[in-house]
Amino acid sequence: MARFKKKKSTGMQKINTSALPDIIFMLLFFFMVTTTMREITLIVQVKPPEASEVQKLEKKSLVSYIYVGVPLKTQFGTESRIQLNDAFASTSEIPEFIASERESRDEADRGFLITSIKADKATRMGVITDIKQELRKVGAFKINYSSRKVAKLSY
Amino acid sequence: MASKEVPEINAGSMADIAFLLLIFFLVTTTMDVDTGITRKLPPPVEDDTKFDINDRNIFKVLVSSSDRLMVEGERSDISTLRDDVKAFMTNPTNREDLPEKELKFIENLGEIEVSKGVVSLKNDRGTSYEMYIKIQNELTAAFAELRDEVSLQFYGVKFKNLLNEDYRKAVKKAVPMAISEAEPENIGGN
Repeated sequence: MARFKKKKSTGMQKINTSALPDIIFMLLFFFMVTTTMREITLIVQVKPPEASEVQKLEKKSLVSYIYVGVPLKTQFGTESRIQLNDAFASTSEIPEFIASERESRDEADRGFLITSIKADKATRMGVITDIKQELRKVGAFKINYSSRKVAKLSY
Repeated sequence: MASKEVPEINAGSMADIAFLLLIFFLVTTTMDVDTGITRKLPPPVEDDTKFDINDRNIFKVLVSSSDRLMVEGERSDISTLRDDVKAFMTNPTNREDLPEKELKFIENLGEIEVSKGVVSLKNDRGTSYEMYIKIQNELTAAFAELRDEVSLQFYGVKFKNLLNEDYRKAVKKAVPMAISEAEPENIGGN
């Protein structure tokens, strides 16, 4: 009897793809929300050192960055240089930089500013010490030595 | 019948458009969480103010320009630094040449012995940043472990799992992060 015959699968069954855009949109929104556009382009090479006892920098809006490293383009030399915003700078420009960073923040937040020093691991401490001295002079006491988190350091 | 049905919009390419946007954000996204070792710099000193700290309370760590370590006047290695700092700060046998302890009353903890020890870190201008961070890391780890001990003893959990803000403050007071950095000096040249 034909009525009880098993239905033979005629080719592949079509998968319902009407929910696909929704899934993609969900992913899209996730990435749109989590994305942070890179604000500055690095002109120095920064390979952060590794550390196990790191803390997360919670409020990114309160962090100003100082980059230290060897210039990416060799015509600027092979000595470690400081990068503030989008240009090379000398240590004497740091007070000005901190002042402008403070200026751009809300008055209530100014006391909580953190300066993150993103330095290459091959940097000599001389440059870092100079930066620290400048920061002390202008009263930017909270600093963070940017480093990559590893579970355990090897010696 | 005059009313025509509204033709359905073909939504088949919707997924493609969404994909396009998705790929754009996937590529531009940088998911770097900023991590690092947080420190507080001391305010600048006016003139040559001498701080009166008893010599037994200072744990001297020196790093040379060739990244070698000197701890308390002797050559040392970074692998032992953490335990050295812990042994120094706790001073379990109350030795005369290790730091004094002070009985302090701390809220939530009661009377507790607080070490007066200070770790003094001095580096050269030629020291590499990597080594400096390693040492800072070890010092932080040593203090973190000491805090863990106090936290475990009083509250039964590790310090990082201690959520009550008052308790955290109490443990921080019992084990202050006593790391002092010497004023810079140029010993070994750049």
